[in-house]
Amino acid sequence: MNNFGYHRPASVADAVKALGGSGDARIVAGGQTLLPTLRARLATPSDLVDLRAIAELKGIKAEGDGITIGAMTPHAEVAASDVVKGAIPALAYLADHIGDRQVRTLGTIGGSLANNDPAACYPSAVLALGATIRTSKREIKADDFFQGLFTTALEDGEIITAVHFPKPEKAAYEKFVQPASRFALVGVFVAKAREGVRVAVTGAGQEGVFRARELEQALSANFSPDAAKGVKVAAGNLISDLHGTAEYRAHLIPVLTARAVAAAK
Amino acid sequence: MPTVKMTVNGKPVSAEVEARTLLVHFLREHLDLTGTHVGCDTAQCGACTVHVGGKAVKSCNMLAVQADGAEVTTIEGLATGDTLHPMQEAFRDHHGLQCGFCTPGMVMSAIDLVKRKADLSEAEIRAGLEGNICRCTGYHNIVKAVQAGAAATRGR
Repeated sequence: MNNFGYHRPASVADAVKALGGSGDARIVAGGQTLLPTLRARLATPSDLVDLRAIAELKGIKAEGDGITIGAMTPHAEVAASDVVKGAIPALAYLADHIGDRQVRTLGTIGGSLANNDPAACYPSAVLALGATIRTSKREIKADDFFQGLFTTALEDGEIITAVHFPKPEKAAYEKFVQPASRFALVGVFVAKAREGVRVAVTGAGQEGVFRARELEQALSANFSPDAAKGVKVAAGNLISDLHGTAEYRAHLIPVLTARAVAAAK
Repeated sequence: MPTVKMTVNGKPVSAEVEARTLLVHFLREHLDLTGTHVGCDTAQCGACTVHVGGKAVKSCNMLAVQADGAEVTTIEGLATGDTLHPMQEAFRDHHGLQCGFCTPGMVMSAIDLVKRKADLSEAEIRAGLEGNICRCTGYHNIVKAVQAGAAATRGR
């Protein structure tokens, strides 16, 4: 990997300054995706701005109608948190099944969302739960945040500080694991809230995470596994790769949705 | 170059390193602690697993500068004199290895795993070792060793 300048600011304001101060600086959060990317020289930033020393980015708290998770909170902490397990057990379950244990110790929610890998788990929870992403500049609704493969609404120099999740009536995450990478071949997050049912799918969309509107409609009318199984999902915009065809993924989406509806709590 | 300071196996260490230095290379090449192995170099196999702040991480997927100020334990830091750690002893007793290349990472992962939850089922051990790959596929004895090591660690 190429060398780079290294900065470890102690506040969000200093991190924003450090990002703006150099030509091609990148943020490193947990580094579990970025470090392999750097080693493969798929990215060659001039500088890394490490957020690990910023205390205000860490921690989980109950807030208003839900919970707020600091951007630098590792997956293992979300998985083990009594606050998360009490309010949104599906979110703790999701965090407990990302990657492997070593990755969950370092990988963070903010890093996962900023990267927006099309097979990452967290984007599906954020989208299905209608979470709000808080940044160094503003608040961004989940529906506006994810903008395609590895693309988000974040601007240059903008840092995710926390994610606020409203508590749903019930929710569940079902992931069909790609056994080598532990990424989702297809993952479905179902959330039933006062405003209606939202179904977010990861691992399957050519443009990354998306809401399965036809499943949302069916489940809003009848929140049952059979209602989900009765929906046919079009394969047109889905991923085909050596692990599965678009048709296979299209088949999995209602199957996993039905399992999630059955498991929702 | 940045200076890193950390405690490795109970001893304070300090060095100037390039920012791009991975923790595993810092341990192996600067501190001569070659018990921590580089297997896949793509953060999948877990042979490089060490403890940072008491938690298992892949040291090939962390920069040395990210471990600045941390307490790091490697496979060399487990034994007390000639007395092996109970998990090391269990791997020996149950022949939890074939070629042995993955063993340091397996042992470090296993210690962290049983520390977080005392009474693990076989399925939980297998799931808990997802981040460690044995190229010889000797998983049966590894799982037996972790079960025995967990019991011995509890009894200590």
